[in-house]
Amino acid sequence: MLDAVWLIPALPLAGFVLLLVFGRLLGDPGAGWLATAMAAASFVATVVVFFGLLGEAEEDRHFVQILFEWIPVGDLRVDVGFLADPLSITMALFVTGVGSLIHLYAIGYMHGDPDFPKFFVYMNLFIFSMLMLVLGNNLVLTFLGWEGVGACSYFLVSFWFTDEANAAAGKKAFITNRIGDWGFMLAIFLAFAAAGTVDYLELFQATEGLAAVTVTAIGALLFVGAVGKSAQIPLYIWLPDAMAGPTPVSALIHAATMVTAGVFLMTRVNPILAAGYDWVPDVIAWTGAITALVAATIAIAQNDIKKVLAYSTVSQLGYMFLAVGVGAYVAAIFHMVTHAFFKALLFLGAGSVIHGVGDEQDMRRMGGLRKYMPITAATFIVGWLSIAGVPPLSGFWSKDEILLSAWASPGAQGKVLWAIGLVTALITAFYMSRQVYLVFFGDERWKEGEEHAPIEAEAEAGAEPAPEAAGANPGDGHGGVHGEPHESPWIMTLPLVVLSVLAFVGGGLNLPFTEDMHFLQRWLEPVVGENELHIDVSTATKVGLAVVAVLAALVGIGAATMVYLRRRARAVEPAVLAHAYYFDETVSAFVAGPGTRSFDAVAWFDAHIIDGAVNGVAHVVAGAGRRLRSVQSGFVRSYALGVATGVVVVLGYFLTRITF
Amino acid sequence: MSVELFVFVVAGGACLAGAIGVVASTHPVHAALSLVGTLFGIAVLFVAQEANFLAAVQVIVYAGAIVVLFLFVIMLLGVDRADDLEVEPLIGQRVAAAIVSLGILALTFGAIASTGYEATGAVVGFDEDVPDINRLGESLFTTYLFAFEITSILLVIAIAGAVLMARHSRRSDEIVDPGQEERAEEIAERMEAAERRAHPELAIGNGHRRGDGEGADAGDAESEPEEVGR
Amino acid sequence: MITALEVTPAWYLVLGAVLFSIGAFGLLIRRNPLVMFMCVELMLNAVTLTFVTFSRMLEDTGGQSIVVFVLVVAAAEVVVGLAIIVALLRKRPDATADDVALLEG
Repeated sequence: MLDAVWLIPALPLAGFVLLLVFGRLLGDPGAGWLATAMAAASFVATVVVFFGLLGEAEEDRHFVQILFEWIPVGDLRVDVGFLADPLSITMALFVTGVGSLIHLYAIGYMHGDPDFPKFFVYMNLFIFSMLMLVLGNNLVLTFLGWEGVGACSYFLVSFWFTDEANAAAGKKAFITNRIGDWGFMLAIFLAFAAAGTVDYLELFQATEGLAAVTVTAIGALLFVGAVGKSAQIPLYIWLPDAMAGPTPVSALIHAATMVTAGVFLMTRVNPILAAGYDWVPDVIAWTGAITALVAATIAIAQNDIKKVLAYSTVSQLGYMFLAVGVGAYVAAIFHMVTHAFFKALLFLGAGSVIHGVGDEQDMRRMGGLRKYMPITAATFIVGWLSIAGVPPLSGFWSKDEILLSAWASPGAQGKVLWAIGLVTALITAFYMSRQVYLVFFGDERWKEGEEHAPIEAEAEAGAEPAPEAAGANPGDGHGGVHGEPHESPWIMTLPLVVLSVLAFVGGGLNLPFTEDMHFLQRWLEPVVGENELHIDVSTATKVGLAVVAVLAALVGIGAATMVYLRRRARAVEPAVLAHAYYFDETVSAFVAGPGTRSFDAVAWFDAHIIDGAVNGVAHVVAGAGRRLRSVQSGFVRSYALGVATGVVVVLGYFLTRITF
Repeated sequence: MSVELFVFVVAGGACLAGAIGVVASTHPVHAALSLVGTLFGIAVLFVAQEANFLAAVQVIVYAGAIVVLFLFVIMLLGVDRADDLEVEPLIGQRVAAAIVSLGILALTFGAIASTGYEATGAVVGFDEDVPDINRLGESLFTTYLFAFEITSILLVIAIAGAVLMARHSRRSDEIVDPGQEERAEEIAERMEAAERRAHPELAIGNGHRRGDGEGADAGDAESEPEEVGR
Repeated sequence: MITALEVTPAWYLVLGAVLFSIGAFGLLIRRNPLVMFMCVELMLNAVTLTFVTFSRMLEDTGGQSIVVFVLVVAAAEVVVGLAIIVALLRKRPDATADDVALLEG
């Protein structure tokens, strides 16, 4: 059963190749069905491997399958091999599972797009890359997947590249990721230089023999990579812009899977983090906490339905890094899984709304949609309650676990981190409720046709909804909808329903009441057990903390209700939040001004000094050749003189060898 | 004074005089005659060293055939016009030549001196009673027979080459030399510059072109009161 | 005093060296091809003198044999060389060694 590991990435790869060749032939919706089938088949393979792992004893739950030797160079040996252990299979399960659902959804969402097959080519390639990332048994293979998902993110974000802004967003995503990748690469080099191997299992064994500085450096550099990929401060700027891609892309890549790769990496290398100095996990925790808080504040003032969710993702990823930083790896993975469920649900729901109102993304021109899109509204509300942390939905359990771990971590900083997390939870509840009220409740503002709010650079060309009685507006974002909003077809609502069920019951993975119900914790024990934070608080404290968290959620929801539903209080949405603290503008100004100047200086240096040295050598050689050519005068007597001079030299040489 | 010393001085003097005559004569015929003087001197020195046969061969072959050949060519082609020795188109050639030849002389003398003026090789020894020609014949036809045969082939090749080179060439044999005009001009420029260096007092106004086959040489006519014989 | 002077074989060697260097000097200086050739003959004669001297010093007939060969080779060389000069000077009677400069770089 475990031997089927290689099938997990192989099936999406096959899908990619088949679609590359036959995509145009299969067309719309054939290509989509093929891609979804491949993703679903991969999910089945993952389930098979999962049961295979379950069948093993706890200590034996890591299975390595090496396909072939990829890079055998000197002392370096990098294989293409898969490490099937609880962590990687957990990741693979929700990547393929949620991925299949999103593929299914995309068949409906992308219907009518002229580049329909190309979309699924990229989607399958993405699933393949992500699976290589999580299943790889060494750093280089993970990096292969890392880069692959980055490339696919670029392809998919700039899918409608004829609009300049979308192409720019794609480039921004790729380049910002690249900055993080630099850290990852340095970590790989350092790991090989210090330990002579990049294989995970061997590397973990070797960490005992390494100097603490080296191990800390590796961990810190890997965290730099994670910051880029998982959009933490300061490399988060690409994620909101990446909303320019189609909504299934946002759901899959920028909510459920790619952005969690950073958290996965940190969890995977937890022995390295544990063996280094303590300041690295501290930095991780604080980065996560501050990112969570700042992103949550920005989300309060956003008007685009997807941007709210984008900043929300950044914020929730901050929670996961907070958990990793304090050593609560299980909590981080738990939150990652539940977040995949409810965030994908929210994004797909947002896509459904956008589709239903004819490509309108500004929330100020929505409202009261629950009458027209009941299924979307219901599932969206489930997602909302989950992310807000309302029990018994999944988000409550995972978020509470993180807050508990923060409280329980040693020192005063644990309490501070907990406080930050609590405030963030409150704000999260607030902005998500704001979003739900603006979209699904209240006045039906989409009926007011002439109000022109500033249009953000969203994709305008693109998915043309099927010409229905609602009367779609192809590529027209102005004004309201001509006709009524409509519910999406079953192919889009089915994944919504499935995900809402998962978001509801997902908490059951790791209920804290008894040891038996702590399934995820026991399941991940072989991978993170040694370095997991030990929580030594009394049950009373745990209950107290949970109650406080629920209260915070209710306060947030209540405040939002006051402002946006009941109109009792005034909305406070300062411009500084709407512009995300002007961070983007600062970065742009820096890059355009001093940044460009320093880049120009470096380029000048390269062109004139480094290239100049190389060209200078060529010039010197050519010049010497030119001067030497004058020796070839053609005059016989000059040559004769040369010969005679040679005779003198040779005679002299031989004379010196005679002893007098 | 011993006979040998006398013979050496006279013959050696003849050699040296002839050598200097070859190098310094303006007229090629004078040079050829000086060469004959040198050859005779060498032949006398051969006799002094008891290589009688070689002396005879030297006179017969060298002086009697090779120099005659030289004179035939000079007369045949009418190239007995005198050179202008003061002009040197290649800058620095004279100085360099002087240094190099002095160097050769010094080094060779040093080599001779370094062995204490003795021969350092193994003394082979030959039978004093046998005349030198017998000894030479025996050596040639036994020890050095192979080389002897090879040189006969060499002579055949030389004859074939000479016949080929010296015949009147047909049109199709002519080598088209595109750079000839250029080179002729360059030589003419160098000659003018060298003449100006050598004879600064004579202002040479008109340019004289060489290489057009007419043979009239203004530069020579002014510096050398020689008869231009044909 | 003069009678005490004895002619050792080394004198012949020195004479040969002098002749050789004079010939080399002439070869580098003169431009007329025929005179240059004569200087080459001069050098060859110096060499033959040296060979014969060594033949006497080492009592080896090989030195004299080599002289025979030198003579033969000199003759062949003169034949071919003069043929070349004839071919060269036939077209342009006032050509010098500097005019045959086709092999320039």
